Amino acid sequence: MSDPVAFFDERLGAARGIRFVLSYVFPDHWSFLLGEIALYSFVTLIATGTFLALFFEPSLGHVVYHGGYVALQGEAVSSAYASTLRMSSNVSGGLLMRQTHHWAALVFVAAITLHLLRIVFTGAFRKPRDVNYFIGVTLLALAILEGFAGYSLPDDLLSGMGLAIAWAVAMSIPLIGGPFATALWGGRFPGTTSFESRLYIAHVFVIPMILAALITVHLAIIMIQRHSQFPGVGRREDNVVGTPLWPGYALRSLGLFAAVAAVLVLMGGLIQINPVWLWGPYHTYVGTNGAQPDWYLGWLIGALRLMPNLEIHVFGHTLVPNPFFGGVLFPSLVFALLYALPWLDRRWISRDHARHDLLERPRENPRRSGLAAAVFAAVAVVFAAGSADRLFFQFGFGYEGAVWFFRGAFLVVPVIVYVLVKRVCLALLASEAHPLRGWSGSILTRNARGGFDT
Amino acid sequence: MRRALLALAAFVCAGLALIAFSAGGGPQASGAGAPARAPAPATPAGVAASAGEQAAASVALARGRALFVSSCSACHGMGAGGISGRGPSLHGVGELAADFYLRTGRMPLPSPRAQPMRTRPAFAAAQIADLVAYVGSFGGPAIPTVQPAAGSLQRGHSLFALDCAGCHTIAAQGGIVTGAVVPSLQTASAREIAEAIRVGPYVMPRFGAGELSAGDVNSIARYVQSTDSPQDSGGWGIGRIGPIPEGMVAWLLAVAALLAIARLLGERTGDTPPPPPRGGQGTT
Amino acid sequence: MSGSERERPRPRTRLRGLLTMLVLWRLGALRRLRRAPRGAPEDPSERHVGAAAWAESLVLALLAAAGLAGLGFVALFILEPDTQLLGLSLGLALALAGAALALAGRRLVPQETRVEHRPRYGDDAEVAAVRSQAKAGLAGITRRRLLAGTAGLAGAGLTAAVAIPLAALGPGLEEQLRVTPWHSGRRLVDDQGTPILAADVNEGSFLTAFPEGADHEQLGSPVVLVRVASSALRLPAARATWAPEGILAYSKICTHAACAISLYRSPLSPSTESRGPALVCPCHYSTFDVRDGGSVEFGPAGRPLPQLPLRIDASGALTAAGPMSGPVGPAWWGDSQ
Repeated sequence: MSDPVAFFDERLGAARGIRFVLSYVFPDHWSFLLGEIALYSFVTLIATGTFLALFFEPSLGHVVYHGGYVALQGEAVSSAYASTLRMSSNVSGGLLMRQTHHWAALVFVAAITLHLLRIVFTGAFRKPRDVNYFIGVTLLALAILEGFAGYSLPDDLLSGMGLAIAWAVAMSIPLIGGPFATALWGGRFPGTTSFESRLYIAHVFVIPMILAALITVHLAIIMIQRHSQFPGVGRREDNVVGTPLWPGYALRSLGLFAAVAAVLVLMGGLIQINPVWLWGPYHTYVGTNGAQPDWYLGWLIGALRLMPNLEIHVFGHTLVPNPFFGGVLFPSLVFALLYALPWLDRRWISRDHARHDLLERPRENPRRSGLAAAVFAAVAVVFAAGSADRLFFQFGFGYEGAVWFFRGAFLVVPVIVYVLVKRVCLALLASEAHPLRGWSGSILTRNARGGFDT
Repeated sequence: MRRALLALAAFVCAGLALIAFSAGGGPQASGAGAPARAPAPATPAGVAASAGEQAAASVALARGRALFVSSCSACHGMGAGGISGRGPSLHGVGELAADFYLRTGRMPLPSPRAQPMRTRPAFAAAQIADLVAYVGSFGGPAIPTVQPAAGSLQRGHSLFALDCAGCHTIAAQGGIVTGAVVPSLQTASAREIAEAIRVGPYVMPRFGAGELSAGDVNSIARYVQSTDSPQDSGGWGIGRIGPIPEGMVAWLLAVAALLAIARLLGERTGDTPPPPPRGGQGTT
Repeated sequence: MSGSERERPRPRTRLRGLLTMLVLWRLGALRRLRRAPRGAPEDPSERHVGAAAWAESLVLALLAAAGLAGLGFVALFILEPDTQLLGLSLGLALALAGAALALAGRRLVPQETRVEHRPRYGDDAEVAAVRSQAKAGLAGITRRRLLAGTAGLAGAGLTAAVAIPLAALGPGLEEQLRVTPWHSGRRLVDDQGTPILAADVNEGSFLTAFPEGADHEQLGSPVVLVRVASSALRLPAARATWAPEGILAYSKICTHAACAISLYRSPLSPSTESRGPALVCPCHYSTFDVRDGGSVEFGPAGRPLPQLPLRIDASGALTAAGPMSGPVGPAWWGDSQ
């Protein structure tokens, strides 16, 4: 195969497609790289996860631990937990891979979230991109689910406590909760020993496959529609102005890939994450103070903690158990709002049904920016409430008082944020200042001779 | 651009400082203000020691009583019988409780309703010995002997998980219970750990010999001491309390770094003028 | 491609590059003040060719360093697989490679801004053509409705057949959600299996106990034992005999979200601490008063902790005097209290 292009063109007619891809134009803006950071985190997750899967034993069957961590010597633990410890201490590079995997998961969801914010505040979800926006929101939901499944696999103290809460939340779904949770876990929590393999296949096969397929479609739709762009010189609704893929953009994007991997590997090697040997194995009858999920579920633990102890009972029977409100209703509402955003924007917020390929800057739609910021602020308040116990611990701010404070903030902060963001947008629109590009004035100082220096 | 990067760097540094604080800080800091009623030592320590060599136990008791009257009786009463609503009776708490509270600086309290927190002891070691002897004279348990080396690390871990981790966290980093702060245990000595188990200070449950034998206490002390220098094979331990500092590091370090990189890579502002803001007059 | 290509060599030296940048930036600022005239379509296409010599050397150096760092990772992996050193070497290799790629993208290869036409979708004629073509495929069929209905039936049957294996996941028996190993006469043992004597439970202390011989991991098993002064008890009349000597047993599984209730707030000095003894869950801080049958004092739990009636047998050991007072763990739709 002396000429690979000729080889594939003669057999598949590939040259046209390759030329299309090479000359595909990417508009230049740093915020368009947020999705790429998520993509490259995903690639890092697949690479490191494959390595981990070679050593992990997805079983709750009990073994006696005889590894390097002295405090657990001779203790009966599950194979899942023992194999996680083994890959962390006895497999060369195992701990690096495991920690890189975990950091990559945290960064993956963070990058998707930032990407979502960019899409929402610049109006990139409008027609014709609404279709791709729905896929993106689905990707976020799946990424959170995938992350939680991974967090739950090692069967350490934190993952067990997380699963107990997940089971209670599943149980709380009206009408189907009991049978649904019982079927999923194969009985009452902690469930059958095969629950671990169910979780495992979901984490290493089912959800990643759906993620990979949806990411492919997500990118293909961008290729078909061309990337959106900010208004600028010569930039119109009917064109794309930017850097062609070959060579400039490809090199920069590969550079970003290497940078993402570099940051994640450096973190994986230097900063300890989820030291499961310190947490110890899970038992249904032990718990550790202030158990927390990874950050992307912080808003759910916050909602569970903020919810007053309301439970709906009728004639001695439960209708709606308490975890439903914080664990099911709240996230469902948030995701429903996200999915409905294109429709809400067309119908109520912007009252604009037209197709848009030029983006808006956040200030150009103060109403939408204000409303979106208010919703995200409400979620952020609940997220912060998830760590109110640590606030108490660090700053001596009473926990019960903190819960009431956050309940109030949940109602008040969105209103303040709405008013504030709207006003800032209008002010920026009037002054044309650039909030991220710094201040362009000069400092006037009095010098020794009584004059002024700038 | 440069300013934005500088601001980002400053933000990251501030974030790291916050993480370092949350990892290393803890409620000890809030108790650092010396108790208001801490008395100045009446005599230089050297004089007290030389006097102690000659004096009989009754002299120590008398000194302890004098100290008690001047420093403790406002809440616990002149005869240590307690004052309702201010401080409990100390009859029967023994040398055990007195030694624990005084040597960890938890007593005297700045106000009767405050939570006792670990802080610098208000009294010199000799004064504490006198006070302990005085409180002990009303009867009660003696100071326990503890030998962490005789305990089992593995049993200590299981017992700690079962009885202690709910409040102190499994890595003994401290936490909360509704109404009180739970201290981290890294600064506690083996003797203090054993005393706390038996005393149950403030709202902590107390464990008698029926619940935890002397051997169990040795094991727990050994496990707690092992958390002073845990096996941080993963690198920087960031507080060992799990996902909260991990999430902060992910956002303030990794995501911030990647945003800076994205800003450097994303726009060709380095070799062209920055795009003007309104209406699109940029020449990219 | 609507733009014209202007090829011009880039300045060869760093200094000249910087000066040019400065001038261009000032020009941009001026133009910003003037606001470019609207109307005439501007063409932003441009293409600069020409790599700076320093950039080429730097990319070469970075690539070589990345390769060396990668080899360093290999050497460390074989000789001294320390997590920190491995992370440093691999991270360094990737960072150097990233820097080389980014620099090559910005300073070596031609810098090009291109204008591409954006396709517009939504062709009414095409949509109509698809409709008529689809209709044409059904020409000559008479019982269309019936066919559609039957096809729906086939689809439903197949979907059900594909989905039914999922039913094998769980027995789906809600009965087992209620079962606990506790019954009258079952002794309480500690985590080592030793029976717990009433005399072992001191006021102010708490203990985790299990039903003798039962699986400790089962949700219905673990209970918390505490003792309070009999005078402090405020149990409902029906539970008057459930706490011999003031010893109480509650399920250790939180009724909110199934975490283990592993905090016992036990005030040492009731005269200064207004709140009484309570069990607290470490997940969402539901707080249960132990004196009055486990009622919720604070937190999200929607119902009290189930209580286990106790009695003290002839040998002084604690024994269950009956089943749990209610279902253990979190609630679900339709459960009975």
